[in-house]
This record gives sequence, structure tokens and C-alpha cells, in this order.
Amino acid sequence: MSEPFLIGDSMTGGYGNGPDILHDCTIAVNKGEIAVIVGPNGAGKSTGMKAVFGMLNLNKGSVRLDGEDITALSPQDRVVKGMGFVPQTSNIFTSMTVEENLEMGAFIRRDDYKDTMTQIYDLFPILKEKRYQAAGELSGGQRQQVAVGRALMTQPKVLMLDEPTAGVSPIVMDELFDRIIEVARTGIPILMVEQNARQALEIADKGYVLVQGANAFTGTGKELLADPEVRKSFLGG
Amino acid sequence: MSDSVRNTMYFAGVALLIIITGFVQSWNTALFILNFGLISAIMALGVNLQWGFAGLFNVGIMGFVALGGLATVLVSMPATPGAWQAGGASVIGALVLGAATVVAAVILMTKMKASKLRSFSVFGVLVVGFFVYRGLFDPAVGLIEEIDPAATGYLGGLGLPVLLAWPAGGLLAAAVAWLIGKTALGLRSDYLAIATLGISEIIIAVMKNEDWLGRGVKNVVGLPRPAPYEVNLQSNAAFIERANGLGFDAVTASTLWVKLIYAGLFTVVLVILFVMAQRALHSPWGRMMRAIRDNEFAAEAMGKNVTARHLQIFVLGSAVCGVAGAMMTTLDGQLTPGTYQPLRFTFLIWVMVIVGGSGNNLGSVLGGFLIWWLWVMVEPMGSVLMNFVTYGMADGYWLKDHLLESVAHMRLLTMGLVLLLVLRFSPRGLIPEK
Amino acid sequence: MIDFLNAFVALSNFVLIPAISYGAQLALGALGVTLIYGILRFSNFAHGDTMAFGAMCTILVTWLFQSWGISFGPLPTALLAMPFGILATMGLVLFTDRYVYKFYREQKAKPVILVIVSLGVMFILNGLVRFIIGPNDQRFSDGERFIISVREFKALTGLKEGLAFKTTQGITIVTAVIVVIALFLFLNRTRTGKSMRAYSDNEDLALLSGINPERVVMVTWLIVAALATIAGTLYGLDKSFKPFIFLQLLLPVFAAAIVGGLGSPLGAIAGGFTIAFSEVMITYAWKKVATYVVPESWAPDTLVQLLSTDYKFAVSFVILIIVLLFRPTGLFAGKSV
Repeated sequence: MSEPFLIGDSMTGGYGNGPDILHDCTIAVNKGEIAVIVGPNGAGKSTGMKAVFGMLNLNKGSVRLDGEDITALSPQDRVVKGMGFVPQTSNIFTSMTVEENLEMGAFIRRDDYKDTMTQIYDLFPILKEKRYQAAGELSGGQRQQVAVGRALMTQPKVLMLDEPTAGVSPIVMDELFDRIIEVARTGIPILMVEQNARQALEIADKGYVLVQGANAFTGTGKELLADPEVRKSFLGG
Repeated sequence: MSDSVRNTMYFAGVALLIIITGFVQSWNTALFILNFGLISAIMALGVNLQWGFAGLFNVGIMGFVALGGLATVLVSMPATPGAWQAGGASVIGALVLGAATVVAAVILMTKMKASKLRSFSVFGVLVVGFFVYRGLFDPAVGLIEEIDPAATGYLGGLGLPVLLAWPAGGLLAAAVAWLIGKTALGLRSDYLAIATLGISEIIIAVMKNEDWLGRGVKNVVGLPRPAPYEVNLQSNAAFIERANGLGFDAVTASTLWVKLIYAGLFTVVLVILFVMAQRALHSPWGRMMRAIRDNEFAAEAMGKNVTARHLQIFVLGSAVCGVAGAMMTTLDGQLTPGTYQPLRFTFLIWVMVIVGGSGNNLGSVLGGFLIWWLWVMVEPMGSVLMNFVTYGMADGYWLKDHLLESVAHMRLLTMGLVLLLVLRFSPRGLIPEK
Repeated sequence: MIDFLNAFVALSNFVLIPAISYGAQLALGALGVTLIYGILRFSNFAHGDTMAFGAMCTILVTWLFQSWGISFGPLPTALLAMPFGILATMGLVLFTDRYVYKFYREQKAKPVILVIVSLGVMFILNGLVRFIIGPNDQRFSDGERFIISVREFKALTGLKEGLAFKTTQGITIVTAVIVVIALFLFLNRTRTGKSMRAYSDNEDLALLSGINPERVVMVTWLIVAALATIAGTLYGLDKSFKPFIFLQLLLPVFAAAIVGGLGSPLGAIAGGFTIAFSEVMITYAWKKVATYVVPESWAPDTLVQLLSTDYKFAVSFVILIIVLLFRPTGLFAGKSV
């Protein structure tokens, strides 16, 4: 089996010197795929993603991106290596305009990023409309689009989203998922933690169900949706 | 070594410093340091109550000290004849009216819904109230201040024994602290610092300007005191005999004796307050206060009314500072509002608390003595240092003159350095919180 | 009609011009405070004495220039000396950051600890300034005193009331405008400036975006040093330089920053003028202006002064406290970290 593009392999660890939250957890995503991490509350979904991003101390396991071992790198260095990360909260600069948010997203780039910005505006047309407005004034769904756009400005090799639809109404959630699919179509692999498991698994190529920090079920989105055990435990049957 | 041994050594060390000063400079200086050290220790205790128990950063201590001083005047000076009849009632009436206006405005603000009408009403009430207050207040004040302005020109006091002024100072400070705390305690720490600093500036500005209250910058001199007057002692035959018997001339002996009496009184007050503070610290109430300080959110979640507790501590700590202020003014024998320099003295007390050990009552007392000693001694020590440094220089050389003159400014610099060094390398202070 | 003109002139002379000038000085000071608060996240009590230090360095260089016979024509020589003062102050603030504040920043100490530390720095600076230049009033302004003096004005217009427009007031206003425009261009148009705003807005996200925090901190201190020096020098030129004054100025400066909204540069400017105008207007004796405007029979007997001038500083505190109680985030909704 060929090595996945991004893999957090057998990760075991926790925050600081605290107890382990993840236990031998493996998460991976391939090029052009959407991989989704779901699970009950407190399962360690966000923790798993943060571990892949380097915000945790891993006692065991490793993280590899495009074949390269990046376990020792800090989050900022991983951004330079090509990881794009969208935190769940506090993920935009509220006092700055939409365009300035995108500019800050491209901060580490030294080249001309105008083309990338045009691409983002094509992906998220509403942002182009409101480009000079303060990001804090936008609605919840629009702010999430700003957050994702900001992360895309570095032209990342992989995009990681932490509960992108948290706190957003169902209609907006659908629209957001549409946008995410659009982004995936441009070739960027997407790793996503989601609370809305059913909808997320419907668009997922790969799904990881985490329970108490360990892999419980793994499979394609369709497989997991069909699996009676998965449905029983937390998809509501 | 055990804590008590170490603490005793610290205090012994400070005592030694003071005694050495007595030998090297003079006993009067040593006793002066002791007395002010006692007062500072009490102020540090008050500040530590607020900081150590509740984490409140109060930079307005001087205001409460000044209020204590004012209380001394209000309690122990004789009433100025004719002043009350002339304008006393009107002044009180005007102040009541002013307070009523503020209360009315507050009631309107809270009871009415936010709207243009509310804004207009509140504004109107304030404006009308202000002008009515001034209309009543100004003439009354004018009348009071006209009465023999050179000697009095103010309302005077109640003519009660001066020792009553000390708790009265505490009460006055507590009352004002309650008002301030009610309004300002919800603020975040550095906002609270700025707000308390501002309020203390206002209090002192009021004292400096409202001559009818405390003669303003004309100062109230000749405050009654609990100790005998030196001149009386010097003409007392029995006293002269005792003094000579001990090897002192009457003049020196009288000054020393008076200072000793004060020292005794102050020590009694300090011990009382210290014991009370210690018992509070170890009581369930004290433990709760510190729990709140350490984790406010958790405490609130548990149903503790954090703001009310903070208010209690704020009032208590300020009351202690008020008592100290009254004592200080009694020691001075006069009320001189012009000498209250908020930032400088407040800062000094803070250095005392931090160096001594924030959160620890004994530490604050130690810090009070130690830092006060340092504050006084920096100047003579600095002189010695500067003389040494400029030894090789010719007289009249500008640098030499400049350096010698600048000794006076070394005090604050030294204090700032001490504070920074302690905060950096020994932030818990000499006697850390247990 | 003439009466209204006279009233307006008197108003301008005693209220408008001094308030605008004072407001500009406060605004420059408040900008420094607000920048430190927004980016370094603490209230820097040492800012007043930083202004004193900056002014002091400028004064020393001014004296040097004056002794060399260098002058700036009708403008004060101090303007030529100011860049040197700014450089010296930059060195000072970078030094204090490296050896004092950085330690606590790395420890992620509570903001109140940084405030106490800044108190210590304040007293060291205060002592240092007085040590170097002495505690007395220092005169260092030269050049033309007035752009237009009272006499010239009266001769020009024939009005009873005169207007004096001091050179220093004019310079204050012009300099303040230039500085503010430059600062806003920097913050809004340059990459570094935007990165500073981003850092102030959301520190974690800024770090994630690859913004270098130490660089942001350094640039902030450099700008603050420049602002403080300029504010201090202008105030010293216009009014007087006495080290003690800056201790007193600290509080109106803070009041201005808080009223405008801590962390908001626009707020600092608005706050500066609010405080300045309030202070001047509330303690001004309106009798003169009132006499011109109001019919004879209504002419006031008293000074019509709302508060005596002794209470000038109290005015800024009262405004500050009212704002803190009713709208703590200030006029422009700054942070309340």
C-alpha cells in the first residue's frame, strides 16, 4: 500500500506533561481526498488533528507529510512545509478587512500572490463582494469562508479544518460543505474534524471514527454510513 | 532553618539596622525611622490585605491615607466659632443635594429603558442639580472661609480626643472605599489601578482646594496630640532630673521621650491590626478569599459572590490605610495636603509589600520597616558614595557638583531598582506566602 | 456682529487653540500607550517618563546645537535635535524590553505583573531623568515665538479681542498631523504595519500565519519611542519641561487612551482631543465670552467657571471613570483583554 500523502501514524500523547489523550491513533489522507474525523464528544477528534498539526506532545508515533517526517516541527514550520490549518474558533482577524485577512494568510509568501487571491475569490464569491468589509461584521458562515480562504492563501499541500460548521445553521452548513468539495476538486487533500457526522461522512472519501482517543472504525464515508454499529453508537440509528 | 527562626532573624536584622543608625547618625533619626516604619508597616498591611487576599491592585492608597489625616482634623480640632452658623448648614445641605442629584440620575439610568428620553432626563437632572448645588454651595463656602482666614477659615472639627481620630480615620476611609469599590471594582486589574490612582488624585485635589473643609493648602497646624509637648517636658523639673540622670540633656531627652511614646502607641495599633489580619487569613473567610483570588471563575461558578467579597476586602484594606493616615498626621502635628504625592508614596508601599512578601502579613510588616529604612538612608548613603566617587575630582568641577547634587534623586531610582530586582529574582519576597 | 466676532476670537484664543494644541500632545502620548496595550498587552505606566526621557535627550542635543551656533531660523532648534532624541529613546526602550519586559512576556505573566514592573521602570526613568538634567524647569525653545501675536492681530483686524498663535502651538498641530498620517499609512498600507494589527487582533492566529512576534514587538517599541519623544518635546516646547510634569501628564494620557478605546489608534486621537477640550472648557472662565454674546441685562457677575483650574486634572479622571463605568471599551470599542 502506498504511503498516504499525510499521515499521523500511531499517535500517542497529550497536552504538555498531562495524561495521554490519544492512544495509538492513526489518521491519514491521500491526494485529492476528503478525510473526515468523527466521533462522540470528548473523543479526541480535535486533539487528533492538533497532534497532526504539531500542537501536542507526541510520546509515540510520527507525522509524515509527502514522505517527509515532520514530527519534530513546530506548527509554524509545518505551515511553511505546506500545511494549512483552520482552527475552530478565533480563526479570523475580526478587526481587519476580508482582503487583509487573505493578505495575512499569505504572510509567509514572498512571491506575488495576486493570482491565488483571485482563485480564492472565485471559490468564495461572497468574499469578493465583501472584500473591504471588516471580517468581524460578516455572518457566521461567511466568516468561516474567510477563515478557509485565509488558510488557502499559502497554497497549502493539505488543508486541515477543525469543525468548520460549528455553530452554523443547516443551510449555511450545506453551502460550506459545497465550498469544501470545490476546494477538494482543485486537488488539495482535506482533513476535517466534524461534529455533524452524517453530513460529513456523506462527502468523505475516508472516515475515521475516534472513541476515547483511539481509532474505533475506519473506512470510506459510505461504508461507515452503512455500518450498523457506527449508526447505532452515534449516528442515531 | 525553620520559618520562625528565619523570620526572627529578618526582624532582628532590621532592628539592628535601625540601632546602627541610632549610633551612626542620631537616636532621633533612629526613632523617626522607627515611627514612620511602624506607620508604613500598617499601610503595607492594608495593601497586602487587598493584594494578597484578593489580588486587587490598588494604586490609590494615598487617597485613603489623606482621608485619615482629614479625619484627624475633623475629629480633634475645635469647631471654629461662627463657622457653623455662617454656612455650615448650607454646605451640608448643598452636599446632600448634590448627592441626591447623583442618586436621582443613577435611579433614572437604571429604571428607565435606554432611550433618548432617558438620556435627556439624566442629563437634565445632572445639569439642574449641578447649578442648584453650586448656587447653594458657593455662597456658604465663601462665608465660612471669610471667618479669620489666616488662622481658621474652615469649619473646624468636633473637638474630641485625638486618639478617637484614628479609628475615625479608618471609618472615613472605609466609607469612601465602599463608594469607590461599589463603582470601580468590576474593572479589570490595570483599569482598576488607573481608576484608583485617579480617585486618590481627586481626593487630594479636593482636600487641597476645599478650604472650608480642611483649610486646603493653608494647612491645619497645631493638631492635638496624645503625647506631651516637648516644651512642656523641658520645663518640667522632674523630667529634667530623670533625663540628666540617664545622661541626656533635657531637650534631646524630651524629643526622644515623645517619639518613644508615639512608638509605643503605634506598636499597640500595629499589633492589634496584625493579629486581626492573621486571624482573618487563617479563618474560613480568609481561605475563601484566597481561593477566589486564585481562580475567580471557578469560585463564581461555585456561587461565591466575588464582587461582594472583593468589596469587603477593599473596604477593610482601605480602612487600615486610613488609620495609618490618621496616625501619620497626628505624628506630624499638622495636615498638609500638599505633601501627599499619590504616585510616589503609593509606589513605596507597593515596594514594601512586594519585597517583604506579598500575600504574607508578617512579610508586609517586615517590608514596611526595611524599605522605609532604606528610603531614609539612601540619601546619606548616597552622599557617602558620591563623595567617594568624586574624591579625585577638583572642587567646582561641573560633574562633581552635578553628582553631589543629584544624590537627592537617587531615592526613587534605588527603589525602582529594588522593585525590579525583587520581582525578577525573588518575586515571592522575603517572607513568602504560605 | 462685532460682538460675536470678539466672542469667537476670545474663544479661539483661550479655548480652541490651546485645546487643539494640548489635544494633539495628549493624542500623541495616548497613541504610544494604546499601541503598547494593543500589542504588548499591558498598561505601560512608564510611558510618561519615557516622554520625559525623550524630551530630555532632545533638550541636551538642542543645547549642544545652540552652543555650536546651529539654528533653524524661525523654527525651534529642538526640531533639528528631535531625531537624535528619538534615536536615544529607541535605544532605551529596546534596552528595557530586552532586560525587563521580555522575561515576563516569555513567562506569560499576568498583565497586572507587567503593570507593577512598569511602575518600577517608571521610577528608575524618573530618577534617571532628574539625575541627568535636574528637577528644574528647563528652557530650550528658540526661534520666533509667535506666528501672530495679540498686538499684530488687533492691528490687523481692529477687534477688541486679540488672538495669539504661538509658533509652538502651530508646530504641535502640524507635527501631530504629519505623525498621525504617517502612522496610519504605516499601519494600514505596509506589510509590517498590517502584521502588527493582526498580532494585536489575534495573537495565536498571527503566530500561525508566520508573523514573527519578536519583530512585531521591536517595531512597536521603536514607534512608541518616536511618539513619546515627539509628544514630550512638543509639550516641553509649548508649555515647559520639568521632569515632574510628565508624572502628572501620565494620567490625562491614560485617560485619553482609555476613553478612546485602548488598543485603537483612532480612539487615542479622539480621546486626546476629548480630554483636552473637556479640561479646557470646564475650567475656563466663560464670563468674557458670555459678556459678548449675551444681551447686557443678562451679563454674568461671576466668572462662570464650572470648575476651578485647580481641578483641571480631576476633569480627565472624572471623564475616565465615567467612561470606565458606562462604556469600558471606550468610544471606539478597543480591547479589554
